Amino acid sequence: MSTSPPKIRTRKLQFEIFRHDPSDPSSEPRMQTFSLDEAPYQTLYLALTQIREEQDPSLQFDFACRSAVCGSCGMMVNGRPVLGCRTLTADLPSTIRLHPLPGFQLVGDLSVDTGKWFRGMAERVEAWVHERAPFDPEAQEARMGDEVAQAIYDGERCIECGCCVAGCGVANLNANFIGPAGMNRIARFMMDPRDERSDDEWFDVVAGEDGVFGCVGLMACHDVCPKDLPLLEVYAYLRRRALTTALPGKSRPSLLQIEAQENRATP
Amino acid sequence: METLHTTDVLIIGGGLAGERCAIEAAVAGLDVTLLSLVPPRRSHSCAAQGGMQAALGNCVRAEGDNPTVHFLDTVRGSDWGADQEVARIFADEAPVAVRELAHWGVPWTRVRPGKNVYFEKGERVEIEESEENAGLIMHRNFGGTAKWRACYAGAGTGHAVLYAVDGEVVRLGIDVQDRVEAVSLIHEAGRCWGAVTRCLRTGALGTHLAKATVIATGGHGRIYGRYTTNATINEGTGAAIALRAGVPLGNMEAVQFHPTGLVPSGILVTEGCRGDGGHLRNASLDRFMVEAEPEKQELASRDVVSRHMMQQIQDGHGVESPMGPHLWLDLRHLGEKHLRSKLLEVTEICRDFVGIDPARDMIPVRPTQHYSMGGIRVNKDGEAYGMHGLFAVGEASCWDMHGFNRLGGNSLAETIVAGRVVGRRVATYAQHASLDLELGLAHRFVSEDRKRIEAWRDRSTSAASIYQIRDDIAEVLVSQVGVFRSGEGLEEAVDALSRQVERVNDASLRACGSGAQPELTFALRLEGMAKLALITAEGALARTESRGAHCRIDHPERNDESWLNRTLAHWPEGAPAPRLSYEPVGLLDLPPGDRGYGATQRIEMNQSTEAYNQDVVRLQADAGHLPTAEDVGTRMRWGAWSDSTHRTTPEVIE
Repeated sequence: MSTSPPKIRTRKLQFEIFRHDPSDPSSEPRMQTFSLDEAPYQTLYLALTQIREEQDPSLQFDFACRSAVCGSCGMMVNGRPVLGCRTLTADLPSTIRLHPLPGFQLVGDLSVDTGKWFRGMAERVEAWVHERAPFDPEAQEARMGDEVAQAIYDGERCIECGCCVAGCGVANLNANFIGPAGMNRIARFMMDPRDERSDDEWFDVVAGEDGVFGCVGLMACHDVCPKDLPLLEVYAYLRRRALTTALPGKSRPSLLQIEAQENRATP
Repeated sequence: METLHTTDVLIIGGGLAGERCAIEAAVAGLDVTLLSLVPPRRSHSCAAQGGMQAALGNCVRAEGDNPTVHFLDTVRGSDWGADQEVARIFADEAPVAVRELAHWGVPWTRVRPGKNVYFEKGERVEIEESEENAGLIMHRNFGGTAKWRACYAGAGTGHAVLYAVDGEVVRLGIDVQDRVEAVSLIHEAGRCWGAVTRCLRTGALGTHLAKATVIATGGHGRIYGRYTTNATINEGTGAAIALRAGVPLGNMEAVQFHPTGLVPSGILVTEGCRGDGGHLRNASLDRFMVEAEPEKQELASRDVVSRHMMQQIQDGHGVESPMGPHLWLDLRHLGEKHLRSKLLEVTEICRDFVGIDPARDMIPVRPTQHYSMGGIRVNKDGEAYGMHGLFAVGEASCWDMHGFNRLGGNSLAETIVAGRVVGRRVATYAQHASLDLELGLAHRFVSEDRKRIEAWRDRSTSAASIYQIRDDIAEVLVSQVGVFRSGEGLEEAVDALSRQVERVNDASLRACGSGAQPELTFALRLEGMAKLALITAEGALARTESRGAHCRIDHPERNDESWLNRTLAHWPEGAPAPRLSYEPVGLLDLPPGDRGYGATQRIEMNQSTEAYNQDVVRLQADAGHLPTAEDVGTRMRWGAWSDSTHRTTPEVIE
């Protein structure tokens, strides 16, 4: 039970923050240092807000929900992509180095244009249900097993923060790579019985160097995902679907089966 | 030179209400431009957790539900402050809206046939769901409702709905311009023609001209500073520009405090926790709601539960902590499996922000500002009072289906239903309008905004900091315009907030650079925030009764004789304070009565509902209500509630 007051460590924190304004021709990328007294329950959202309000009003960063659901605040903290809002300074060393996420266009300082990237991805993988019939407002909803709904929801939980893309060795070298979040999005619609796209249609998007076979298997995406999405299983599912499309006769796996196997494999 | 952009329909705000409205206009073949402070999927709709109310009646505990029962719950929840025709339109269309979302891919939780284990009023119960309903959309219990009605996807319902709706926006190729803020409405002689905009990437001003303009910027909870569940972007930007254009705001004193804001961050912990059987406990671990509200217990409406919680804290039954007193939300008995599936997002929030596991630990909570029932006053078509061509939808608006208290799960439902209803009206309006305005008008508004910005840059004094003013406003609101209010406290609040409104004119920036300048972005919003805060306090001071979330300890009774009305606030140009006026709440179908929970002190109306209804249309027209496509009252289903199987007191589940 957490009835005891939080431990208050009185540290002086050093923030080393990447600064650059790409719209200003005279701006040179540099690191700037700020110091701040640590406070209890201090997150990077609170710390950066305080730095901006008290020390440098021009500092750019993005927060919206500050509760780890909107995906605005992906940033590199001591070399690792994380959500700034849910990162407690108490869990970090006293020197905290902050960089913008790589793999996205820089807006300024710690702010990157993940919105444009994800809209492009949604257009590319056509991230909507390709349905059979138009909506009938008079009809009862089509039925769906709750297990299927839960599996889709698990894939739907991606918040498009971009941490997986920033952590992906391939996405950092190949701008056309669909990336882990894109793969997850594809898997989510592939397993949705409401979506009528055939495996043959998916094959062009999924297979190839920019798709699932471009992944070299480092799987940093799986390790850094703030929502703990099972990206390892997503890639396995997509590879097998692509292979069974290319090699007819093999039985098609469902993501549910693959997850069940993974669960058995790891006690 | 600023950019000029023209479109048929300009939507300001990329959350669910704005996007759903945009879809309706785009499907009608219109050009739509949608502006958003953030990429739409990051708007605050994504943070809605527990559910979306729609009377599908699919599970055992929802048997007998229908739109009429939903309508009754909504009107009672509003403490009769709602416009009953709007509540009717809403309840009738909600089932279609939820099913449409299923069609678009929302993975709603579905009915599992056979034995299901639920928790009700502290008891574990086993209920057999029928094979007949297998695979239909499931419901969970929520506060203030007679039936289980909330449709849900884990505790991430808003996220799932937003991604499906944004998927449709992408499919339709709607032009979304993110990191763009509307800073003024362009209008003349009661006709709106679009907005002056500021790019948050570059700081550049632009104009967006449109045949129809829709404000869908959400709530303004951030006037309560950090004492809110709201996102950092919920600063009332839309309400502020409408107010400056002369449009009245409705019922700004009606502010919802959610019972379970996480301590200390204020992050929302869904009502679904209590719907699924969670308990509230005080420092002695007593379930105080059982004695306070024997019928509904933890599932009375939010205003009622928040008052009991604050009373516990004031009576010294709160848990003392370095971050102030709080109470406990206890979910331990729901079990790990439930907490890791149906309440997974709650488990994550507890882990990330307080380092606890709700399967083992109780959650520290206290009532926290959550929702703005008040907003831009519109008619049932969503068209703003006194301003042709301007519409508002969702939390930014006062449509007004929530009155003085919104039921949990009704806001997510409102965004979609109102998006559909108002969207259709916006589309028709734009199809019959042409963009015939003098460009000089747009230039005049842009140059006024440029002057406002230059004025900020010129004030390089050591005057008050904009952030200090923001914090001072929040402290006044949370201490005097919170869950409990008194005449004395509200007078102090009005004085203090009037000074803050003046102080904004003397405040200065720390930096005078060019470009995006986040400090300037906030400075431009501050005047509007201060005015919204003062209007909230003025409205609360004037309303000498207690209704829904507006609780006056010096006027504890609901007064239907004098206060069965809606507050309207105008801000005359250059005036130091708002001008308040009142209009009838709307046509009455269900006569004012007992809610079935909460305090029961009432002063009854001294006229019949028929007599009240006689003057509604005339008095609302005088207040600025524009003619609607269908006459007022055409969507009422008069008396349908009387032959519903429903009792006057919300049914209690045995």
